Amino acid sequence: MIKLYDYVLSASCYKIRLMAALLGVKMDHEAVDFHPGRAHKSVAFAQLNPAGTLPVMVDGAMILTESTAMLVYLAKLAGPDWLGPVDAKAAAQVQHWLAFSGRLAASLGMARLHDMLLYQGDIVVWREQGHAALRELEAALTERRFAGGEWLVGDTPSIADIACFPNVALSQDGGVSLDAYPSVRLWTRRIRALDRFIEMPGIHRLHELSPAPKVA
Amino acid sequence: MIAQQVLNEWYPVAMAAQIRAGQRRVTQLLGQPITVDLQKGAIVVTGQGGALHVTEAFGHVWACPGTPAHDLFPIPEALEPGRRLVDVGVVRVKCSPLRAVENFLDIAHFPFVHTDVLGAEPHTEVNRYEVQIREDSDEVWATKVTFYQPQAAKSAEGGIVTQYMYRVPAPTAAVLYKTCPNRTDAWDVIGIFVQPLTEELCDVWPWMALYDDVTPQAELIAFQQMIFLQDRSILENQIPRLLPLDPGMEIPTQADLTSIAYRRWLKKRGLTYGAQMVAA
Repeated sequence: MIKLYDYVLSASCYKIRLMAALLGVKMDHEAVDFHPGRAHKSVAFAQLNPAGTLPVMVDGAMILTESTAMLVYLAKLAGPDWLGPVDAKAAAQVQHWLAFSGRLAASLGMARLHDMLLYQGDIVVWREQGHAALRELEAALTERRFAGGEWLVGDTPSIADIACFPNVALSQDGGVSLDAYPSVRLWTRRIRALDRFIEMPGIHRLHELSPAPKVA
Repeated sequence: MIAQQVLNEWYPVAMAAQIRAGQRRVTQLLGQPITVDLQKGAIVVTGQGGALHVTEAFGHVWACPGTPAHDLFPIPEALEPGRRLVDVGVVRVKCSPLRAVENFLDIAHFPFVHTDVLGAEPHTEVNRYEVQIREDSDEVWATKVTFYQPQAAKSAEGGIVTQYMYRVPAPTAAVLYKTCPNRTDAWDVIGIFVQPLTEELCDVWPWMALYDDVTPQAELIAFQQMIFLQDRSILENQIPRLLPLDPGMEIPTQADLTSIAYRRWLKKRGLTYGAQMVAA
């Protein structure tokens, strides 16, 4: 069985847990004491992942340390539709958003670690870069809505959406509000409405809407 | 101007193991800058006016910026042999330190915030329980609390009706005792130690003393962090931001008995840092 070295509060680990849940893939999980123990920076952990980052996926002799690679692997194994359309343009766009998710982690993700777990760094810069990335995402998703689309690429959700979702949905944890980004908010809601969606602390499940009040 | 009663209390300021490992912690207490570090083998907390009173207990460093009105409260269970002591680590929350404590005392939110873990719909009823302010120890206690929980602890298999006792022994600390899934004759002990950075910002240090010889440490930590981080986004959105000690906009119900006692106890003792005194 695939094994995931996991941390419950990590946006990148959640990315993989969410993808696996949506695909119905079962994995073994090993909790890593990221905080306060910093076990991911230990000598022992460096044997597994010299970069000292989480998550790490192990399947037989294969070790993956990049979450976007893990998304590709899971989708290839259990749900090729999640890789997005196969034409040249769409394939390039999926790659764009996988890379873009790294920018979200480096901005919104770091702002969150700063505000929540006291990581040191320039919070103003991280938030500014987070807003810049969100503006780009908002513009893209708005264009998609004008064209009748709901997802970043193609007519169905793909690994591009899952790669970008966690750090966006957790942006408030780092003091970045999504109030100014209505298309982004609608898109996060669309992802939360997916069948077999799972939550993490800070990302709530979508509760059923109450019936509309009766107008007298 | 901070009331003398507030200054004379003990507050958590660091995880002892991190300071003993040589980490220096530059932080705040009640709006004032402090430093926690190791000097000649002893943990020292330094403020603008010099060294603060310091004690070490339950895995954490506690400081008193005034003249201690009393010793730090005891948790006798922490000394029992066989317990696993778990430092869960710091989490910063943009809320009143008193709000963080009050949330820890609340049972009614379990099914909605800790869904399928500490509670689940439709089991939302808070059964009657007892609350008292104990004269001898001057602590708030809630006893005979029961609640249906799908996964009460990392070691729990399946849903159980969990019994709880809650205790507020210091203005920004609370301790709960809950059914131990592994032992019928003992309680698991979970504490929440809140460092008031300012009236609207705090560092929260959850801590546990459990009977569990099986679960790996990283999983115990992850479980408690999951629970507390589910609370964090709720805490950061509570309004008014300061905890109201006078009745006003907030209407308490039967389920809020512990919170009411906590607010009365704070008011009676003049522990108003992080509190709102005028009805909103």
